[in-house]
Amino acid sequence: MKYVDEFRAADLAQSLARAIAAEARPARSYRIMEFCGGHTHAIFRYGVQDLMPGNVHFVHGPGCPVCVLPIARLDNAMELAERHGAILLSYGDMMRVPGSKRRSLLKAKAEGADIRMIYSTQDALKIARDNPSKQVVFFGIGFETTTPPTAVAIQQAAREGLSNFSVFCNHVLTPAAIGHILASPEHDDAGEARIDGFLGPSHVSSIIGSRPYEEPARHFKKPVVIAGFEPLDVMQSALMVIRQLNEGRAEVENQYTRVVTRDGNAKAQALVADVLELRDTFEWRGLGFVPHSALKIREKYAAFDAEKRFDITPSSAKDVKGCECPAILRGVKQPLDCKLFGTICTPENPMGSCMVSSEGACAAYWSYARHREGLPVPEEEDEFGEEDA
Amino acid sequence: MTVQKPRTRFTTRLDIKNGAVEMTHGGGGRAGAQLIDELFRRHFDSEGLRQDSDQAQLARPQGRIAISTDSHVVSPLFFPGGDIGKLAVNGTVNDVAMAGAKPLYLTVGFILEEGYPLADLDRIAASMAAAAKEAGVAIVTGDTKVVERGKGDGVFISTTGVGVIPDGVELLPARIAPGDAILINGSIGDHGVAILSKRESLEFESEIVSDCAALNGLVAAMIAAVPDLHCLRDPTRGGLSAVLNELAVASRTGMVVDERAIPVKPDVQAACEFLGLDELNIANEGKLVAFCPKEKADALLAVMRAHPLGAEAAIIGAVVADTRALVRMKTQLGGERVIDWLAGEQLPRIC
Amino acid sequence: MCLAIPAQVLSLEADGQNGVVMLGGIRKKISMALVDDVKAGDYVLVHVGYALSALSEEEAQETLAMMREAGITSEAAPS
Repeated sequence: MKYVDEFRAADLAQSLARAIAAEARPARSYRIMEFCGGHTHAIFRYGVQDLMPGNVHFVHGPGCPVCVLPIARLDNAMELAERHGAILLSYGDMMRVPGSKRRSLLKAKAEGADIRMIYSTQDALKIARDNPSKQVVFFGIGFETTTPPTAVAIQQAAREGLSNFSVFCNHVLTPAAIGHILASPEHDDAGEARIDGFLGPSHVSSIIGSRPYEEPARHFKKPVVIAGFEPLDVMQSALMVIRQLNEGRAEVENQYTRVVTRDGNAKAQALVADVLELRDTFEWRGLGFVPHSALKIREKYAAFDAEKRFDITPSSAKDVKGCECPAILRGVKQPLDCKLFGTICTPENPMGSCMVSSEGACAAYWSYARHREGLPVPEEEDEFGEEDA
Repeated sequence: MTVQKPRTRFTTRLDIKNGAVEMTHGGGGRAGAQLIDELFRRHFDSEGLRQDSDQAQLARPQGRIAISTDSHVVSPLFFPGGDIGKLAVNGTVNDVAMAGAKPLYLTVGFILEEGYPLADLDRIAASMAAAAKEAGVAIVTGDTKVVERGKGDGVFISTTGVGVIPDGVELLPARIAPGDAILINGSIGDHGVAILSKRESLEFESEIVSDCAALNGLVAAMIAAVPDLHCLRDPTRGGLSAVLNELAVASRTGMVVDERAIPVKPDVQAACEFLGLDELNIANEGKLVAFCPKEKADALLAVMRAHPLGAEAAIIGAVVADTRALVRMKTQLGGERVIDWLAGEQLPRIC
Repeated sequence: MCLAIPAQVLSLEADGQNGVVMLGGIRKKISMALVDDVKAGDYVLVHVGYALSALSEEEAQETLAMMREAGITSEAAPS
């Protein structure tokens, strides 16, 4: 596969590994947060950590939209199908995430709710057209990469007068989250939980460009390297962060030049701006309320806003007691620090979203890195873990 | 193939071209007998069936028998490279063959949904007869039930297979030992991707067809060359990752495989990239994994490659001592990761 | 950032809204609503059924060259 295979080549990996080992100064450690779940997945799936010297650490960030969606919003989505009888459409990633009482979309579907998995918002429009007498709601999640397809669908629905279609909008923004993490006192300069630099998201940046990271990089004096999606991109980007740190620089650099430009995709940005606008604040799982970090549907498209069309119960569902997802999402703790990891909380029986999403740090650790020392050996399977607090 | 003349006369012939399954076809009465006589018996024929009983009365086979049962609920019922009927026959033939047994007899149970087109049922029956003939097995007895419209997925098929295990052959997880070579007869993920390409909302065009095939011929050749083979397993649902993990746990060993050694068709890889799936977790219907004493691995590989169903056979890894029963993989990048045992079916992802 | 994969544009519909892309031997119809000036033969990034942006062949080659160079220069440099 062109543009894919070349960026996974073992010989180039060795080449980059040598370069990193040569440039990483032995006297210090380098803690690099990869913001995006896709990078977390690539690191684990290819074993990139094995090619790093011991003083270079990847800190897993909250860039997994599945992981940061609060339980309450997932409960709301289920409510749309169960209480309001709508056909609820969702991307595959959300289907197994546990909401309150550890019910998931998949479980609700098994109990009779009409919940369907789709690949594209175009499929959502088709289902709405094919079911004119039913309400069809698209569960919109994702960062800036996934937002334009939702905007396209809403514009198209408006043009077609597809009155039974609406969107439950949960799209979130990356630079706001990065800023929020860096502003947190847990990440002060000296602490063990400090973050030295960032690997910026690949495909979010293809839409928003590299420009939005310049302000956080300047303000917090941390290097940000926009990293491509393949493991070699991750490695080359880590090298670029290490170089910046060694040279005392804190700039935004673009490693993913084959896709990302400073300005991004103007057409997609305009589309999103037409349909969606900033929420004052939005609750992120693990990060709490973050101002100007999420989007809602504009008044002019209110007819397609599920939050206006349906009466949805606001709730504040809590995480399972003992679940460290919030700290793990902020990069303050590791999966091994969580008492529930590998004991009660496993992919079969996930307590929190970090274990369910294939990009969540806990799932990645469990699925791909269990051969490392110190990971718990599961006992005979327990029936169930604890219910919500 | 002998075409049986129906013994009971009906006032009208079964309309296979335009007719549909009705509740009466499952009622045990004349309508059911007509369905059997005019549809199924046009394709299925064996000594057992010709006895016209509720059971087949057969000579006792000599030696240890292997018996296996399977239910088939695949959707869609027709897919590139096969259909539920071919899948049912080959699936059970393969389960029996994984014991090293020569498959002899199959039973077939149908659960049909009211309204299912008889023309399609006829195609399925024809396909089963062809698959059985190819595999050298006889369908000796069967059963048919009908459920109301909406209570079934068109057709469900259950099959049970019986075969005879040659003396001296013992294929069991317990025999897997550190040092064993791990081999596979060809590329992974073909069947699952062929099915996915027809699933609503994931449609894509490709030339990928299911690898659905009966493996008993290949197994016979393998056992002839290496009678002391330790274990065989076919990676169906759950894919290669499920088989390796199940067997690691059952034999209390670990396994290490090399990503670059595992055969995958480029189209299958591309489909998985598109959908965010891992080939290791995807179903196969014409593949087997073999665990072989180290010193016999090359000989086994040669025999597999000489067989049409093993042309792309490869040694993919080795069994190691590991109390954690982990399956590890050296990645194409040169790093290492665990191959996880999925809780349920893998879902396409966007992230 | 999400799972997006580079694929080659095979054809575009007359109104330019949709097209067929190819990855390996897989062909899939996707929406071109988010891109402009894309033509058959170009490579685009595909995410949830949409083309997000075009890929630059030149930049891709340059990136690979830099990766190759990295290992060579690090061998030559004193550690």
